[in-house]
Amino acid sequence: MARRKANVNESSCVACGVCASQCPKGIISIFKGCYAVIDTESCVGCGICAKACPANAITVNEVQEVANGSK
Amino acid sequence: MAANNKKKHWYQYLWIWSIVYFSLGFFNILFAWLGMLDFIIPLIFAIFGGNKWFCNNMCGRGQLFWVLGRNLKCSRQKPAPNWMSSKWFRYGFLAFFMTMFGNMIFQTYLVFSGAESLRKAIKLFWTFKVPWKWAYSTSIFPDWVAQFSFGFYSLMLTSTLIGLIVMVLYKERTWCSFCPMGTMTQGICKLKAKK
Ligand code: SF4
Ligand code: SF4
Ligand code: SF4
Repeated sequence: MARRKANVNESSCVACGVCASQCPKGIISIFKGCYAVIDTESCVGCGICAKACPANAITVNEVQEVANGSK
Repeated sequence: MAANNKKKHWYQYLWIWSIVYFSLGFFNILFAWLGMLDFIIPLIFAIFGGNKWFCNNMCGRGQLFWVLGRNLKCSRQKPAPNWMSSKWFRYGFLAFFMTMFGNMIFQTYLVFSGAESLRKAIKLFWTFKVPWKWAYSTSIFPDWVAQFSFGFYSLMLTSTLIGLIVMVLYKERTWCSFCPMGTMTQGICKLKAKK
């Protein structure tokens, strides 16, 4: 099963927090003022954060669920 | 501001403060000093808290760009070129900004020492002089206090105008990707996080 998840490129993140203020699930936090961290488990892959990010630091990708060998 | 039903906090309305700030400075330039809060508060959060809580929650300028760009649809919402949020550009712009800040302090000093007299004008984009006479006649303060006000107001207005331009052209808060305060506070946080 494939699912979409948002992913932060830590080196281009400017820690502005726009993504965190927009995520409908409220699962983004700014780690020590350095970069955004997403709770990937709860991410629904809506891409709202990526659309809001001014630094092009978030991408939403398909991820393969490898759990239980059901690739 | 948020697209969800999270509880609204008072500090989410600080974009109003940004507008009030520029309006006050239009009538009396001495109000420009209040803008120092936008320099000091984020630094306090960064230095003592090791966080960017100011940027993340209570920066009126960032919120203003969001309100205009997203809510009022004044932004094309297109990704900005990557160099705009690259490290060399961000730190280069910070260095440039600090140099200009230093220059402004120096101008203030010249008026303080009596070498120059007070100039009732603001300078946009560090180049264009705009007469601003109506905003100051005399006050109980010495002239250098007013000179600093004109200089600081120029800096605040210029950076907001740059922010508005990139807001229209790119994303709502593209300014935040190279805002000197944002770069500085993130830099401090990164240094602190390493320890
Ligand atoms: S993709 Fe949606 S749910 Fe996932 S972090 Fe971004 S805004 Fe939140
Ligand atoms: S919006 Fe982009 S740059 Fe800003 S904190 Fe989120 S990931 Fe980082
Ligand atoms: S980066 Fe600058 S404009 Fe953006 S939220 Fe931080 S201090 Fe405000």
